Formats: sequence, C-alpha cells, structure tokens
Amino acid sequence: MTTHTAPHRASMGTHSKLRAGDVARVGASGLRSRKIRAALSALGIAIGIAAMVGVLGLSESSKSDLLAELDELGTNLLTVQAGTGFGAGDGALPDESDEMIARIGTVSGTAAVSPIDTKVYRNEFVPPGETGGITVAAADPNLLDTLHGSVADGVFLDETNTDYPLAVVGSVAAERLGITNLDEPVLVYIGDQYVEVVGILNEFPLAPDLDRSVMISEGAAEAFYADDVVPSTIYVRVQPDRIDETRDVLPATADPEDPAEVEVSRPSDLIEAQAAAESAFDALFLGLGAVALLVGGIGIANVMVIAVIERRGEIGLRRAIGATRAHIRHQFLTEALILAALGGAAGVAIGVGVTVAYATSQDWAVIIPPQATVGGFAAALAIGAIAGLYPAMRAAKLPPTEALRATA
Amino acid sequence: MSGTALELTSVTKQYPGTPPVIALDNASLTIQHGEMVAVVGPSGSGKSTMLHIMGTLDRPTSGIVRIDGIDTSTVSDKQLTGIRAAKIGFVFQQFHLLSGTTALENVANGLLYVGVAPATRRAAARRALERVGLGHRLDHQPNKLSGGERQRVAIARALVHEPTFVLADEPTGNLDSKSGASVTELLHELHVEGTTIVLITHDRGIAESLPRQVNLLDGRIVQDTTAEVVA
Repeated sequence: MTTHTAPHRASMGTHSKLRAGDVARVGASGLRSRKIRAALSALGIAIGIAAMVGVLGLSESSKSDLLAELDELGTNLLTVQAGTGFGAGDGALPDESDEMIARIGTVSGTAAVSPIDTKVYRNEFVPPGETGGITVAAADPNLLDTLHGSVADGVFLDETNTDYPLAVVGSVAAERLGITNLDEPVLVYIGDQYVEVVGILNEFPLAPDLDRSVMISEGAAEAFYADDVVPSTIYVRVQPDRIDETRDVLPATADPEDPAEVEVSRPSDLIEAQAAAESAFDALFLGLGAVALLVGGIGIANVMVIAVIERRGEIGLRRAIGATRAHIRHQFLTEALILAALGGAAGVAIGVGVTVAYATSQDWAVIIPPQATVGGFAAALAIGAIAGLYPAMRAAKLPPTEALRATA
Repeated sequence: MSGTALELTSVTKQYPGTPPVIALDNASLTIQHGEMVAVVGPSGSGKSTMLHIMGTLDRPTSGIVRIDGIDTSTVSDKQLTGIRAAKIGFVFQQFHLLSGTTALENVANGLLYVGVAPATRRAAARRALERVGLGHRLDHQPNKLSGGERQRVAIARALVHEPTFVLADEPTGNLDSKSGASVTELLHELHVEGTTIVLITHDRGIAESLPRQVNLLDGRIVQDTTAEVVA
C-alpha cells in the first residue's frame, strides 16, 4: 500500500458515480477528437431546422406585411360594379346609384368612377390605338379619401377644378405615359385636346384598375367628352362592424330595378386570399424541412452506430475504470444530443439570418415566431435523443470483456 | 502490509458450447497486499479468463472471488462496477488511451467514475504521472508519445485512484524489448513502494523476474511458487 495521503480517498466508496458536469464533459469528449465528422453529421439537422425557421420567419414577416397593408387600406371597402357578363346589360349603374348608396346609414363614404369612351396619348403624334391599355375615367373628388389613396406628386382633382379639363394619372398609367414628375407642366392628349396633368397617384392596392387610368372630373367629362356620364364602379366605405348587412342591401340600393345585375365585391378578400395562398406554400416547405430534419436524424444515428463500433476499446476501458452500463448509455446519448443541439443551434441561427436578410431587403418587419426558434431547437433535441437511443443502448449492452478485446 | 487483496476460491469458468469449454477449472489463489505476482501460461491456458475474473469484468460459473474481503458473487453489476472503480487498476496491452486527450486527462479519467471533482482528479493525475517518470509529458496527447511512454501513462491511470491492486495484462506485449524492460522495471519500483501488482503474461522470462509465479495450463493452476514455499 502506498504511504502518502490522498485527499480524495474519503469520498471514494465502492459506488460508481459520475458527476453531472462530467456527464456533459464525457459526452463532448468523443466529438472533440472527431470535429469534422461531428460537423458533417450535425449539418443535416442544421439544414432541416434552418429551412423550418426560415420558412416560418419569412412567412410571418411577409404575412405581417400584407396584414399591415390591409390594416392601412381597411377591410371595410366594398366595390359595387355593374354586371359585365353575358346578358348583363350595358355595364353601367343608374345615374343616381351613387347618391342612393350614400344614403345607407352604415355607409361612411362613396366614390363613383365612370368610364369615358375616349383615348389618351402622350401627344397627338402617337398613332391611334397605341394606348398602352390606359383607360380614361371620370372620378369623384373624394375617390382618394374613400380608397385611402395618396398622390405621389401634385394634387388630386377637387371641387374647384371640376369644370376645367385637368387630369390625374394612375401609377401604371404615369409610367406608361412617361410621366415621372410634375416639376415642369405636363400635358397629355385626351380625345382631341391637350389636358394638363395635375397629379400622379400612388398605387391603389385595392383597386388596381385605377392604376391604369387617367382620371378627369365628372364636370369636365360631361363638358368635353360625353353627354351623360354614368358610373360603372362605386367604391363604398362601410362601418367596419356592419359590412355583411350593408353588402346584402347594396345591389337593390344601387339598381332597384335590376339588383341581379349588380356585383358587390370586397377587394381586401383578395389580399387575404394571397396571404392564405402563401401559407399553403409554407406547409410544403415545412414538410421539406421536416424531411431534411429526419434525414439529419438518421445521419446522426448512423454516425453514432459507427462510433460505438469504432470505440469498443474505449467503452471497455470505461467499463474497466468504473463506468456502469447507465454511464455508457448516457455518454453516447449525450453525444448524440450535443450533435443535435449544435445542428439545431446552427440551424436556428441560419434560419434567423436568412429571415432577417430577406425581410430587410423586402422592407418587411422582421417577425420570427418564438415557436419556430424554440420549437425548432426542441425538435432538433428530440431527433437527437431518438437517433442516439439505439446506439447508446448497444454501447451499454456491450460486455466489457468483449469490448476490451477490440484492438484500439 | 498484511491482509488479503484478492482471493479466488474454487473458481470455475465454463463457456457454453458443444462440448462446453472450461476456461478456468477449480482455481484457488490468494494474493496479499503488497505482493507482486505473475500469472503465466501459454495462449489458451486461461490467462485472459483469469484476468477477466480477477478484474470482475466477468463472473465465474462457480466459486467465489473476494476483493479486499468483499464477496463479489453476491453484488449487482452496478456494485461490481463500483468495486472496479475503487479497488482495481487496469493496465492493458493496447494501452487504451483516449486519442485527442492529454496524458494528464487520460490519467485523471482513472478517477472519473468515483465522483471526484475535476481539480482533485487533475492534481492526483499529476502526482501519478510524476511517479511513473512522465512529469514532463503532462500535456502531450497519446499520438505524440512513444509506446513505452503510452504504457507509463496507462500505468499512471491505473495508480491514480490508489487501487487495492493493479492488474496488468501483457503490459509489454506491444513494446520493443528496451521499452518493455523499462516498463517492467517501473512495475518493480512500484511494487517496492508498496503497490500490489498482478501481471498476466505469456513471457516466462518476465514472469521469472517476479517474486511469485502462478503457472496456468489448460485452465488449471499447475504451479504456484509461493504455495510451494508454504507447502
């Protein structure tokens, strides 16, 4: 027996025990000496988690952008249109339908748009027919307020210039006519005369038709282009909590003689449908992410099975120096969990990075749902635990005598 | 120091098969604290089985193995592991050092499964490495050490928890004759300092340099030099 004192003697019984901190240390030790293999086997998990976090982050960010847009535009806008289908009449609403609708108690604002049967060109030298798909319409002065629209430059039509031919151009129309600003007076050729452009409009997300229109006032339209201006479309703002009831009475109000010829629609439905369609793609990408995650888990299981075979000598030694079966099981399970956690953390980081980069480039608010990051990391750990279970059991079952026979 | 470190009583180990293989046949052996014993025999004589039984890595089919007076036949696998952790130091022919881990950490691992704090483990490992003459190689990884140095690290690991006895299985089997001689010399020095050592070897020359030899043949102890002296 040795004679020098040993301070640790007192703590040593005949029970094997591994300190909690050492469980992690031992679990990591197998990875430290095989760094590249560890990195590669964690990669599958990383890709899976990155895909899932990225998809959820991007979809939330883009959806929040759509919904923010929707909030700004309001979901309480209804569009009343004359029917245009077969046998649907002349595509016009009764003259007085605008005032009739405005009289409904739950309606807070209306604006009529009436098509004018004439063409608009940049100047008189443009060959007839090359209109670029731009239409001419007469618009109510309160159209901008009703649609929550705005002007990019200049002003909108107002009551004071209703009888004098002045025009405002929609965003697409402005582009096609080559009008970028109103620093110098700009004229366009409508019908057979030049009309001054006083305003360039911003986009109307709820009424894209207007983006391709050049609008003049109703008074000017009647004075210069048409005997009788009849509205084809009326935009109606409704009290937000009374939308459905209002919608029901609108056809009969707009055209009491022929309510079936009136179509009422809610443009914001389109944007909501767009958001829903994007969600449908989310499911697809989430599924792909889940497949990547599964493949990553199989990769980890594979690497762990190989590790158990390769490291039989180490297992035998650990059993000889006092590791119980449970210690060996925990060691390999911990190793698999560390691999999965590294992959999961890298995946979350990549997913968040991609979301931030893309959302920023699109000017979206960056929204990363905590379910994606926390859930993604938890999913990685769960996969790691499942992947590590079988190899760990195998390692623990290995009899020490057999393990030591390995020439490592 | 007196007292029994290891006692085998009528130990038989039989492996299933047709016919069954009797690897160890009614072997009885007592090793006192402070002894240095060679278990020697040709291959197939039951040396490996003897090592496994002595080291509690395997249980006998019949008979009793006592370590420090504890009867190991009645304890659970978990308790048996605890006995190994506390009372036996293993030295293997293949060293079984962990690659990518320094000599100090390898030796400190000898105390890993007895629940000692890391700092205490490292302090004890440093002392053990100094004792085997490797105080200057603490931070070297196994692949930067010579074969003889690797086996010294393994011996330090076997000593670090101050076991009841050290069980060395062909410790010079993978070494050239010069390193082998120096490792054998180190074991002799440790014996002189008081460590109980059981050396398992097929090499009669090495065995004869030890104070006591237990000769195995076909699973039986055919000669025990101490027993003869006593007889």
